[in-house]
This record gives sequence, C-alpha cells and structure tokens, in this order.
Amino acid sequence: MHISGQASATSLPIGSDADLAWVRQHVRQCAAQLGFGLVQQTKLVTAASELARNTLVHGGGGHAEITPLDNGLTRGLRMRFADQGPGIRDLELAMTDGYTSGGGLGLGLSGAKRLVHEFRVDTEPGRGTTVTAVAWVAQVPASRKGLQ
Amino acid sequence: MNHPVPGQPVQVPVLALGDVLLVSLQGELHDGMAEQLQQDITSRISTSRVTGVVIDISGVDIVDSFLGRVLAEIASTARLLAARTVLAGMRPAVAITLVELGLTLPGLITALDVDRAMEVLSQGGS
Amino acid sequence: MPEQDAAESAPQVVSSFLERRREQVAQRWADALLFRSVFTLSRDEAVEACKAVVDALSEVAVSGRLEDIDAPGFGTVREQLGRMAATRARAGSTPSQIADEVAGLRVPAMDLLRDEFTDPTSAQAQESVLALTVLLGTLRLVVMETALDANSELIERQRQQLLEVATPVIKLWESTVAVPLIGTLDSARSQVVMESLLEAIVDQRARYAILDITGVPTVDSLVAQHLMKTVAAARLMGAECIVSGIRPAIAQTIVQLGIDLGSVVTRASLADALAYALGRQGIEMTRSDTGASAR
Repeated sequence: MHISGQASATSLPIGSDADLAWVRQHVRQCAAQLGFGLVQQTKLVTAASELARNTLVHGGGGHAEITPLDNGLTRGLRMRFADQGPGIRDLELAMTDGYTSGGGLGLGLSGAKRLVHEFRVDTEPGRGTTVTAVAWVAQVPASRKGLQ
Repeated sequence: MNHPVPGQPVQVPVLALGDVLLVSLQGELHDGMAEQLQQDITSRISTSRVTGVVIDISGVDIVDSFLGRVLAEIASTARLLAARTVLAGMRPAVAITLVELGLTLPGLITALDVDRAMEVLSQGGS
Repeated sequence: MPEQDAAESAPQVVSSFLERRREQVAQRWADALLFRSVFTLSRDEAVEACKAVVDALSEVAVSGRLEDIDAPGFGTVREQLGRMAATRARAGSTPSQIADEVAGLRVPAMDLLRDEFTDPTSAQAQESVLALTVLLGTLRLVVMETALDANSELIERQRQQLLEVATPVIKLWESTVAVPLIGTLDSARSQVVMESLLEAIVDQRARYAILDITGVPTVDSLVAQHLMKTVAAARLMGAECIVSGIRPAIAQTIVQLGIDLGSVVTRASLADALAYALGRQGIEMTRSDTGASAR
C-alpha cells in the first residue's frame, strides 16, 4: 500500500464516556467528508466505538488518532487507538469471538476487525496496546480481497 | 435528524401507553445513560402493571456491542418480570453493521416500526 | 565534469546529472504526450509534475536500486503517476500505450545526459547511459503497474453499476418482497443484495422477504454465510426471510459441506415461499370453482 498525500491527523483524548461520543462524532464527520457511503460510515463509527471503548475500559484511557488517507486511487480513513495500559497477554485469545475480560460481549476486537479493511494490533504486556484500523471508500479494496 | 452535542447527556424519556412502556432512543447515547435506562425500565416494570416494552431505535445511528448488550439485558430482565420487549425501527445500515460485528441479538423480538411493535404485543404469542 | 571523478559509480553519475539538469529535463518532458495530455490547464503544472518525477528518479538512482519498482524513491510520485495513468486510461489509452508514452521520455533525457560528457564513447559515459536506460525502464514498469491498477478500478466501478442493475427487489404481495438472485454471489454482490433488500423492507413495510437462489449456480460456505447474514439483518429489522429455490444438487452440497442454515426458513420454490409468507399472514389461496375446476 502506498500512502501519500495525507491530510492532517486529529488526536482526541479517551478518558470518559463523553469522549467516546466525541470520537464517534468525529469519525462520522470525517467518513462523510471522505465520501464513505452510509453503510460504510456506520461500520466505521461502530468500529471506532468498539475500539475506543476498549482503550477506555481495558487500557485505562488513552487517545485516538483519526487520519484521512489518499492512496491515489481511493480515499480512506485510518483510526489508531493507543493506551499505556496492561497490554494484551494472549492476542490470539483476545481476537476470538466471545472472549471477554471486561464484562462485554467479547466482540470488541474481533467484531471491529470485520468492519474495516485493514486491522493491526500492537501490544506488549505492561507497555500498552495500539490498535490500527483502516477502511477505504467504495468496495474496491474489499471485493478484491474477498471477505476476510 | 436530532443530534445532541456529545458531552451533554440527554435523559431518555420513558412513556407509558396503557400497560406498554415506550422508550425512544435518539442520537448519541452515552454508556452511562444506557445503563441508567436499563435500571429505569426495570424499576418501572416492577412497580407498575407493564406487560410490554417497545424500544424505538429508529433515531439511533449506531448500535455497538455495548448498547447491544444493554438492549438484550433489558429484554431478558423484562421477560423475568413477565413483560415482553420489542425492538423497533432499526435502520438498514445499523442492521448490516450489527450482523457484520457478530451481534444478531437472537433473543430479541423485532419489528419494523413502533406501530408494528404494538401490533406484535397486542397479538400475544411470540 | 563527471568524468573527472572516476570514483563515482554510474547510478551516482545519473543521480547528480538529474539533480543538476532537473530544470532542463523537466522542461523537455513537459512537452511529452504523457504530461501534456494530463496537465492541460497549465504548462507550469506539467513542469512541476515532471520535476517531481525527476527528483524521484534521482533518489532511486542514489539508492542504487535501479531495477526495483518498489524502491522508496518511487513512493513519492506513485500517487501522481497513478492519477496520470487514470486520466490517460479514461481517455481510452491501454496500459501498454501509457507505458509506451513513458518510454518516450527516454530520448530527451538521454540527449541531455550525453551532452554531459566530452567523450560520449568513454566507458563511464556508456555505463551512465545504460544506468539511465535501466532506471527509465523501471519507471515504465511502475507506471504500467499503476495504470493496471487504475484500469481494474474502472472495471470494478462498471461491475458495481452492473450489480445494482442486476439485483431487482420485487414486491410480490402486500408486505412481501422477493429478490431473484441470478449468477454468482460474491462478497460485493451479496453486499448490494443485502442493502437493496433491507431498503425495500423499509420502503414496502415488508414483513416477509424471499431470497430466491434458483439462478445461483453453486452454494459454497461463503455464499451460505452471506445468505445467513442477510437473513439475520432482515430479522433485526423485524422481517422474516425465506430462502427459496434450493435445487437438489445444492441441498446436497449444503449438507456435505456441513453448512448449518440453522433457523433459516427454506422452501423448494419461490411459489412455495410465497405460499408460506401468505399463510403466515392468514391469507389462504383457494382455486375458485368456476372455470379452473371445469377443466
């Protein structure tokens, strides 16, 4: 993937319920401006909500970085959620549907992954977790790769 | 569409129509508000004669796993208190996203809109 | 003069040449078909675009990765080349025609490079010319690659438009809609089917939605997964889905693959599915005595 022509990233704090609402609203605005359709917007905002809540609940808070992308063929949105929390000890387990350590439904990570095109988790026990999710406008990248 | 500014919690109104509670969710819903709503509904069912609960989510932009869990829990709690819950008015984009997320809410009764939800409750059965 | 510095390698010579003659190379390239036809509004813009390409080539040359289309230097111009290739593709050029236009950049640059040497037949001059040829050959591949990408995007878009046309949602009865699916059901198509069906459920206030797969040649686990997702999404909106038209061979495949269609209501034909939907709404179909029974 050759990413260039990036517009400026926006950094938002994640420290409370109200911050989650701000993150959702900002992602919605960015996605609409970039030309994402309604369904894709909804998927992005939902993914952002899941990941931001993970940052708040499991990471003890942190921040979100929302960056519009342009790879020359299509536009996209990168969402990065970083915390300095305990990290994830068993990433494979955490990515499993239904696995939960925080009293939720255990769909946060695995579910959010299904809502975007690219997904990466960087984590180290004791050092925190950074989750990066990218989605591209239209269905070009999605259909080329097939489902998951 | 009505979008309250995030950071300013809005009380979720709970209306009583006969023995049915009608809850209309709008726009941004904070986690705390959703949990508050869950408690409100439970206490309303236990203190008055309520046989049905209709939750109208036609004004909701997204349902994530947290709100999904709250909705499922409201329905389960209501069932224990002998009231049926119908989720009404989910938008197509929200439904597609929920399914992709892996949340199909199997225990919930659903309806196209509030009218249909009332119909379902008046018919009884499942 | 480059030839006085014998220690300089051919790629380094090319790099410093591009740096020094940036303006001249850019001026000549701006008149080439590739740039002229894309930057039609202003020549200055074309010159700027050319300079960016010259800078990129210089960077690649310095890194010594003359034959590497993934050399970091190309990264900065890839987006620009992609836009140019897309513009040319829209104008009707094929990727190989576009690549030929890139090849047209070689001669002007080569002439300028030769002028650098007092003895164009010297070994260093020869090596430098060869290095620039290789470098421009690589640029040609990079452009060809982006052109193919742009092309496939165009095809994808047309395919998308076709999808939408090819997926009609029909109102069969009061509160009952149906989608007759014909052809292969891939991820993109399933997405369109799901969206149009759910929209139709809202518009028609449908209680029942029939997905008829009579025209779907094969059902694998991915297709089954798409069907299940559509059924689940429709249910979330308060409508019940019925999958009809499961041919015996497909039914067998479904069983053999161990696919669990679970709680999905299935019927052999679209007619059976409609009868089911009507029955659930308390509508019964009976043949009237007059006429039909007389035969």
